[in-house]
Amino acid sequence: MSQLPCPFLCPADEIPSPTRRATLTRLAALSAGAVAWALPLRSQAAIDTAPLTRTIPASGEAIPVVGLGSWITFNVGQDAAGLAASTAVIRAFLAGGGRMIDSSPMYGSAQATIGHALAVLGGPKAVWSADKVWDGDLARGTAQMVTSRQRWGVERFDLMQVHNLLGWQAHLPRLFEMKAAGRLRYVGISTSEGRRHAELEQIMRSQSLDFVQISYNLLDREVEQRILPLARERGMAVIVNRPFRQGDLPRQLARHPLPGWAGELGCTDWAQVALKFVVSHPAVTCAIPATTRVDHVRQNLAAGGGAMPDAALRARMAREVAAL
Amino acid sequence: MDAWWSYRPSDLLMFSPAIYWRLFESLNRQAWPFAVALLVAGVGIGWWWARTAARTDAGSARSWAFAYAVSARDLSLVRAVSARGAVALMALAWLWVTWAFFWQRFAPINTAAEAFAWMFFAQGLGLVGLALSPGLCWAPVRHGRTQVGLVLGAWALIGHPALAWVFGRPGIQAEWFGLAPDPSAIGALALLLLLDAPGPLSRALWRALWILPLVWCAITSLTLWTLGEAQAWVVLALAGVALGAVALGRR
Repeated sequence: MSQLPCPFLCPADEIPSPTRRATLTRLAALSAGAVAWALPLRSQAAIDTAPLTRTIPASGEAIPVVGLGSWITFNVGQDAAGLAASTAVIRAFLAGGGRMIDSSPMYGSAQATIGHALAVLGGPKAVWSADKVWDGDLARGTAQMVTSRQRWGVERFDLMQVHNLLGWQAHLPRLFEMKAAGRLRYVGISTSEGRRHAELEQIMRSQSLDFVQISYNLLDREVEQRILPLARERGMAVIVNRPFRQGDLPRQLARHPLPGWAGELGCTDWAQVALKFVVSHPAVTCAIPATTRVDHVRQNLAAGGGAMPDAALRARMAREVAAL
Repeated sequence: MDAWWSYRPSDLLMFSPAIYWRLFESLNRQAWPFAVALLVAGVGIGWWWARTAARTDAGSARSWAFAYAVSARDLSLVRAVSARGAVALMALAWLWVTWAFFWQRFAPINTAAEAFAWMFFAQGLGLVGLALSPGLCWAPVRHGRTQVGLVLGAWALIGHPALAWVFGRPGIQAEWFGLAPDPSAIGALALLLLLDAPGPLSRALWRALWILPLVWCAITSLTLWTLGEAQAWVVLALAGVALGAVALGRR
């Protein structure tokens, strides 16, 4: 089994306890500095609190462990206030050291909203674009990718994923061709909410994917059994969607006081606890929480840095949260 | 899409409550004169129906005709024309909702909105057909369902927009009849309860035109419930009242 190359963040079974936070903080600053050249929007304060990075096994490229999702939150249509709020979120995300933004043609106007924000922000180079093809038909799917790219206003996507495995047999060969031709950088596949994991596993075993995207959080942990170990074994980067169960998890947990270990991890609320749990798994490359609020995007980015739980604490976190 | 059955309604929810309610704000800012015109027309039709048009029993019709110096035959004609006018206005409302709400505003944030737009367009055309069909007239006031129709009509015009205040939303986000789909659907059910369609064509259309408003009430209730809005139960209850009234009326 090949180990996930991880120069800045150790695998969970080697992650130091919170008592070694100082070391981790220095490492976090190091990793943030490594990508600072690409982030003209960032302030020094943001660099100091930027999320840790993980490397993409297929290339060795480092990417911050906290990304930005767009399901529901960026589907604002022509609503001026919604567009302005989304732009503010993306600005804060990039300024705080975030890079990966994920979307899909299934998300209504989210792609156009991202495109609007990127245009307003002057086409920031730091953006790491991840999108999906969501059509069972190859020709329509190919045309859809062109439309998606136009909506984002980017020359090419960094990552293109087959959404919810839809038509993957037809799409993956085309995506690999596009990658070989330099028209995208990585190829992936996505599922959500624990669907079709058996088929996903089969695809992961038979295809040389760069990325898989799955749902994973403190309560939905099925992927720990087979998918996450398989991703490490096959050298695939992992994007985690729904780290907050679409906001339900922090809402449900909010009535309970934070446990003592949350403070040791530097968490100020349950959302940060949930996010630290996800990104500290050694197979996870990046989590993509979605939000409409600038303060939340900052909290998310902060949760991607600082002390991380080790394997024993992760198990305790899951056990205690499940019992609440 | 594979495995649709594995999806829950919340999985298919594409937008937030804030964005959904702001659709009505945008709609109201652009088209408030149309809503006001329909409100006035709707209240006028209700008043007309309550005062005169439903008096189909011979005695009251004769006395009404005497009082206003028109013949009973003229009165009958006025009743028929006013019923058709009300249905035509309802058709206009549904076609406007199709364009201004579903096509222009809802479609960018909801993949299913295009299908809903076709649904409302079909209902609009069906209402045009009903307005032109032979034999259409107001139902006699002795039919209990007409009282329910009048109450539901008042709800669609005045009660439903007030829900914005009741549920703590800004007044500018109120859902008005003729602009928003929910009060328009409730209004259509109300109007159907107030009508009689004795001819074979008008009867068939009258029956068919119940389907889409009821389907929409079910869809919007599910949407609102998924958004976590208590208003879902209001729409569902009103659709149930309309359905109950027409079912009891058939006994």
